[in-house]
Amino acid sequence: MSNQPDSPPHGGLVEGANGIIQPGRYYSRGIPYLPINGYPGKLIAIEGTDGVGRSTQIQLLREWLEVRGYGVVETGWTRSPLMQPTIELAKSSNTLNKLTFVLLYATDFADRLEKEIIPALKAGFVVLTDRYIFTALARAGVRGVDRAWLRTLYGFAIAPHLVFYLKIDVETLIGRVLESRGMDFWESGMDLKHGDDIYDSFRAYQNKLLREYASMADEFHFRVVDARRSVVHIQDELRRQVGTFLEP
Amino acid sequence: MLNNLTTPHDHPGKLFVVEGIDGSGKTTQLGLLAKWLAAEGHRVFVTEWNSSALVKAATKTGKKKNALTPMTFSLLHATDFADRLLYKIIPPLKAGMIVLADRYAYTAFARDVTRGVDRQWVRELYSFAVKPDLALYFRVPIDVSVDRLLARRVKLKFYEAGMDLGWSASPVESFRLFQGKVLDEYDRIVDEYGLNVVDAVGSITEQQRVVRNLIARHVESVDIATEIPSEQSA
Repeated sequence: MSNQPDSPPHGGLVEGANGIIQPGRYYSRGIPYLPINGYPGKLIAIEGTDGVGRSTQIQLLREWLEVRGYGVVETGWTRSPLMQPTIELAKSSNTLNKLTFVLLYATDFADRLEKEIIPALKAGFVVLTDRYIFTALARAGVRGVDRAWLRTLYGFAIAPHLVFYLKIDVETLIGRVLESRGMDFWESGMDLKHGDDIYDSFRAYQNKLLREYASMADEFHFRVVDARRSVVHIQDELRRQVGTFLEP
Repeated sequence: MLNNLTTPHDHPGKLFVVEGIDGSGKTTQLGLLAKWLAAEGHRVFVTEWNSSALVKAATKTGKKKNALTPMTFSLLHATDFADRLLYKIIPPLKAGMIVLADRYAYTAFARDVTRGVDRQWVRELYSFAVKPDLALYFRVPIDVSVDRLLARRVKLKFYEAGMDLGWSASPVESFRLFQGKVLDEYDRIVDEYGLNVVDAVGSITEQQRVVRNLIARHVESVDIATEIPSEQSA
């Protein structure tokens, strides 16, 4: 029942639930030994499901920012040297339960937060992150992990200054994914065992994920961007919003 | 919010936990307890902190490069624990067995907070854990624990001695400082989670007598529980 999209709001500790997120600060209890107040850098997250075009947009945005003189650091989900081998191993062996998976990803995120994101913010970089904690919250939420617990777990994350959510509908997404690289096991939520048909599973899983993201939009102040439009259109909108934010 | 760790479980088995710093003698006591329970005819499963195959690799990489931060150290251990809980601890509990855990979530509370992790956050992190039927805390003064470890010529391990915190270049001194603070955290935990304190300075046999007396109150009910269904079906 807990993965019903219309389930009542959680009672977690994330301030976002009360609408008092402070960009650039920890969402909740944070990391006591790493005070981050007053760091000059900016954290910008690009969120959205697989195949929505996040990495293309990030490349273009980076170019544009650097031309304008901003130092840019990119980071992504599941890229820390500490955890990458373990996560790959876990994915390939398909033996992990959902709770262990959530915690592995949280460990990976903590490593990147402390070693990449926080130092870059301290040094005044614009940090572009390809996915952020919302991906983890969405995936785990779909798999029935307690939402309040998830938000407490990620209470040590820093609230981005801007979160762009590249929104797409399942029909358009299916077309794009099939045109490019095809559907894979994890993106299709095959671990949820909705049946052997990868197309049906992909469709059902991505639908649930999209509902999960939608339910977070208000809570975490997403700036929703229509990702069905052309790359150029989307990039224009991102640049306009980022530009207004950095140089009001 | 999950509250499993503070709510009694409803599995037919029993979960007993030993806690304490290195050199408190808890592992010795657990071994003797396992022997006794098995001799009494119980099916016993023993599980250790930090022993799951899955994250051993990552822990090793991290330790080798000294790359773990207090947060990643904490989360890695929670990952390991979750893996063990779901694959090793809960199934025997469901099967009505006795599970003996050498260290449990309380170890994380004590160590991670000493390393600088938020006290409330780590407690909520582990809120998915099963509440033990009985948790024994072997309380020992830091000097006694250091003497025991040195007498056994144990090489103090990097993280166990808190060397990652850089408080002292000497492993023994670092261990003393770090575990001294861990003891303070345990004192809080004892009150908060109702751990049973065992004076770990006394003789091994004397301590084991105390332990068996405490456990005996819980294992009787295991026998009763396993007998009831057969009487009902008869």
